[in-house]
Amino acid sequence: MATSDKLITVSHVTKEFSGGSVRALNDCSLEVSKGEVVTIIGPSGSGKSTLLRCLNLLEVPNSGTITFDGTVITDPGCDIDLHRRKMGMVFQHFNLFPHMTVLRNITLAPVELGLKSQEEATAQAKALLERVGLADKADEYPIRLSGGQKQRIAIVRALAMEPEVMLFDEPTSALDPEMVGEVLDVMKELARDGMTMVVVTHEMGFAREVGSRVIFMDSGHIVEENTPQEFFAHPKEQRTIDFLSKVL
Amino acid sequence: MESFLRLFTDPGPASFVNFKFLPKYTPYFVSGIMNTLALSVVSVILAVLPALLLALMRLSRSKAVQRVSGAYIAVFRSTPLMVQLAIIYFGLFNAIKLPNVTIGFIRLNSFIPFVVALALNSAAYVAEIFRAGILAVDSGQMEAARSLGLPKGKAMKLVILPQAIKNVLPALANEVVTMVKESSVCSAYGMAELMWAARNVAGTTGISIGPFVLVAAIYFCIAFPATKGIEAIERRMRRGDQR
Ligand SMILES: Nc1ncnc2c1ncn2[C@@H]1O[C@H](COP(=O)(O)OP(=O)(O)OP(=O)(O)O)[C@@H](O)[C@H]1O
Ligand SMILES: [Mg+2]
Repeated sequence: MATSDKLITVSHVTKEFSGGSVRALNDCSLEVSKGEVVTIIGPSGSGKSTLLRCLNLLEVPNSGTITFDGTVITDPGCDIDLHRRKMGMVFQHFNLFPHMTVLRNITLAPVELGLKSQEEATAQAKALLERVGLADKADEYPIRLSGGQKQRIAIVRALAMEPEVMLFDEPTSALDPEMVGEVLDVMKELARDGMTMVVVTHEMGFAREVGSRVIFMDSGHIVEENTPQEFFAHPKEQRTIDFLSKVL
Repeated sequence: MESFLRLFTDPGPASFVNFKFLPKYTPYFVSGIMNTLALSVVSVILAVLPALLLALMRLSRSKAVQRVSGAYIAVFRSTPLMVQLAIIYFGLFNAIKLPNVTIGFIRLNSFIPFVVALALNSAAYVAEIFRAGILAVDSGQMEAARSLGLPKGKAMKLVILPQAIKNVLPALANEVVTMVKESSVCSAYGMAELMWAARNVAGTTGISIGPFVLVAAIYFCIAFPATKGIEAIERRMRRGDQR
């Protein structure tokens, strides 16, 4: 693949917490190309969230570099706010702004950052809401929505910034089972439209069917990565085999 | 019952506990109540902005900035209000000439030194209220705002503070109630608030306990229902959040 296709390059990243007593990431390297859907799986506490959150510097690595779109964003002089505009993030607990309507949640950042007028942002938000089947919820407050609806709004809020990549941290883990499908459907459609995605998930079905590559993590290491077909059919590492035998 | 009524009317033998002063001196107490309420409400309102600044400084990433705010809060919380008032009243406002202007029942040149002293004191307490309120907002809110590319200041102003303010409103109202009581120290320097009315009437009439019992009852009748009301509103707000 041509190097210009590389969107994110993670190089030898290490992240420690609690003054070094917890090593959440240990020398992790990873590349994400445009249009890829990379899924990250692994046991609890293996560092999946930390890796994802390092990508937009919600966690700052202790060492190693992260390059996004040709810029080394781990450089101290880099203005991360500019790059975060191009990296949408969706959280396990939605993190919608409870004091704002759905519409304001979606239009807040584009308008406040001066990227769009309120009218443009509103029109775009309504179109996006239409796409996820929530056009009638524009004027509701988040508290009135179900978990599945909240998460679809959170996805729309991130999409309103027209990002180049979407980062998902277990977007369906906090949902009642009957709502998982509606969120996964939106994510599948995004993938089909060619959005670059990095998805931490426990949904093996999603990793298998939608992902273009699977990354398996254990205790801060990237243990194995492969195409979904190969990964699920012929796992190479013992730790992967143990993990898959538990979750499949 | 008859002897109780006599407390208010009968000019009989000298007694410390009686309320014969009431008919004549009622205006003192009425204007005392108004001044006390004005002092406490205005001082807490004036305290809000400096307190917000102090709270944000305490949460700043710079250790030096944190320390400046921490020092202010420590000084004002660890010294008596009476002493702070003396220093500000004699120190600061001897040097500054205040305009001789009256707004409603408030004479600015006698009101300002007291309200400034109370506000500076209150800012230290309100700052801690704000800090707790900001920290109580789920950390995911800041992360979501920052992940959209909003700079820290904008995220604070648009996302965190509006939620924090709602959390701290009951505590802020309680601070007003505290100030209703604390502002009584202003009587020591001649501010004509409620406590001053009692001192003045006691001095003039020689009835040394009655006026103080009366203002104790008035303070109680302001502070107690207010506190209960705030608690009720707080309970209702918490129930609203769980919906
Ligand atoms: N802010 C933090 N402070 C201290 N330790 C942390 C922090 N965040 C994560 N850790 C630790 O780092 C390790 C990796 O955590 P991380 O959240 O990345 O795991 P995860 O793979 O996402 O787990 P899960 O599947 O439970 O979400 C864990 O041991 C965790 O306790
Ligand atoms: Mg996690």
